[in-house]
Amino acid sequence: MSQRIPVTELTPDFRGRAEEALADGQLRNNFRVAMDSLMTKRANAFPDADEREGLRELGNRIKAGALSRLPDLLEQLEQKLTENGVKVHWAETVEEANNLVHGIIEARKGSQVVKGKSMVSEEMEMNDYLAERGIECLESDMGEYIVQLDNEKPSHIIMPAIHKNARQVSKLFHDKLGEPETEDVNQLIRIGRRTLRRKFMEADVGVSGVNFAVAETGTLLLVENEGNGRMSTTAPPVHIAVTGIEKVVPNLRDVVPLVSLLTRSALGQPITTYVNLISGPRKPDELDGPEEVHLVLLDNGRTGAFADAQMRQTLNCIRCGACMNHCPVYTRVGGHTYGEVYPGPIGKIITPHMAGLDKVPDHPSASSLCGACGDVCPVKIPIPELLQRLRQENVKDPEQPQQVKGGGAKYSRTERWIWRGWQMLNTRPALYRSFLWAATRFRALAPKKAGPWTENHSAPVPARRSLHDLAARHLDQNGGRSS
Amino acid sequence: MSARGNILGKLRDSLAGTTPRPDEFDEQLVTRPWRYAPGDRLARLRSLMEAVHTEVHQCRSDNWPELVAELLNKRNLANLLFAPAKEHGRALQAYFEATEQNVELLAYDQPVEAWKEELFWNVEASLTGTLGGIAATGTVVLWPDRYEPRLMSLVPPVHIALLKASEIHDNLYDMMVAQDWAAGLPTNVLLVSGPSKTADIEQVLAYGAHGPRELIVLVLEDA
Repeated sequence: MSQRIPVTELTPDFRGRAEEALADGQLRNNFRVAMDSLMTKRANAFPDADEREGLRELGNRIKAGALSRLPDLLEQLEQKLTENGVKVHWAETVEEANNLVHGIIEARKGSQVVKGKSMVSEEMEMNDYLAERGIECLESDMGEYIVQLDNEKPSHIIMPAIHKNARQVSKLFHDKLGEPETEDVNQLIRIGRRTLRRKFMEADVGVSGVNFAVAETGTLLLVENEGNGRMSTTAPPVHIAVTGIEKVVPNLRDVVPLVSLLTRSALGQPITTYVNLISGPRKPDELDGPEEVHLVLLDNGRTGAFADAQMRQTLNCIRCGACMNHCPVYTRVGGHTYGEVYPGPIGKIITPHMAGLDKVPDHPSASSLCGACGDVCPVKIPIPELLQRLRQENVKDPEQPQQVKGGGAKYSRTERWIWRGWQMLNTRPALYRSFLWAATRFRALAPKKAGPWTENHSAPVPARRSLHDLAARHLDQNGGRSS
Repeated sequence: MSARGNILGKLRDSLAGTTPRPDEFDEQLVTRPWRYAPGDRLARLRSLMEAVHTEVHQCRSDNWPELVAELLNKRNLANLLFAPAKEHGRALQAYFEATEQNVELLAYDQPVEAWKEELFWNVEASLTGTLGGIAATGTVVLWPDRYEPRLMSLVPPVHIALLKASEIHDNLYDMMVAQDWAAGLPTNVLLVSGPSKTADIEQVLAYGAHGPRELIVLVLEDA
């Protein structure tokens, strides 16, 4: 694997990257087209609003119910999986998780890993960790394969290569694989199929994520369209699944509404081509399937979010991507602008628990609070409300204990004093009146520069007469009557 | 303290003094919108599966092997992976031998490690049974076993699945409950709703990503 050059670190801050993205017509067009199409597909997949709302409510209840007894469910899941022959591992940090994965691979003397799509493995930056230790970790989802080949990161959690068009993929395959250039998508997919098929066959270990883990039966459920998930979890002799601790649901029947919500919200499909339920390694009389199955349960800040009853709702997320598809900000700036594993509205509310709010202080305010994300969320996470909460956490006094990791990064003493002054002014009538008198009389002295506001607007100038003044004069002229 | 202990400890601390939410599962929500008259189930399954490029044929238990031969010949396929130990496997083999078909019948009768290269590159088609179908989503359900292992329905470019019309359920919930899946699942259960596909490049739909390029479902109307 060539050295990774993360695109996300080219410009260090969100604002800078957003400006670059906004100036990139190709990128904006790629996203606009894709998001419009995904929104239409979702709308068509839910033709009956009552059915949709009933199902969203149920999805919310299942996830909230699962979280309300999460530790018990995790223990039940562990017990059932262990009975089924699956080895369960726990990791508090991504380092621990990587270490566990590496240990499993080393024990098998493995050198080639093939990976189905897994956002948790992106959190872990597993590919880099393993590459540094001489293990090739190849992405096998077509989109993930494309971004990995170009040393990039996914720009969308469901459609990782959505920022690229066929011409760009063709050039990439030509440059990196020596394939003849073609903009025929079928041809490009055939190239990917051929290249990866050998890898599936040769891989020592397959890595996957998990969409839902069922405590009742000890089952790992994965949805996908390509078959790479099935390949990664079936062909190699070892399967390692990595997932966040929030993915567990109590009963098998719970996956019926959740899978329906997931595939319809994500892609507008009634169901994905494959729904793969794995409940154990190969049995003695079976002829294929992995000899070992491992599950790594990762915390990485999730217990922090869990500790706050309001922020806990972020753990309802089933990673469908509908919030980003419907976000006017995401559509314009694209996934890489966020600079983190999870972009878009959901990224804004889960990243602070993983990386710390101080690492992404601009994210909560990069929203018009239009509410589309909350309206489409299949498990009814109140994303706009959580964004407002994070805005508050952002400006809390850093000297005080923080409720959200890295809170208080945007605290400004000046801003705090300005608001205090504003409050005093507006709650003391005498002071307010004299301010009004002064502001209107000395309006010519109003500052010409008012921070970022005057970068794009003319400076506000107080009126010659205040509204109070005008109203009082009007009443005088009409003998106390308003008209 | 172990990672396990720390994680569970933090979660328990956060839940101190709270009571778990009651189980409020409402099966009506996942069944009522997805009910069909018995005569409509097959049509619904068929139209959904065809919408995602599945080839669906309606046939009978006495003529399907003939149709399989026809489908293979039309595609010029040289071999077919099948399960000789299963009832449908025996029927297929008897027909192919009696009619001296040109297609080589292959059995998955050894661990995958013994013939991985051949399975991945030389097998052109496979035929498996199914546990049933789901009308609501246009899905066939596979429970791979000793005779029809997991890779059998995934690796060959063409997968032919036999589905008994009487085993088409309205929706996944009904099927799960009718067959009591929660009491015990096999190593692997698969819901398959078409040939492998991807829309990862420009959202253009392409079939045959990593799994079968073609899925052919033979519905046995009298079974």
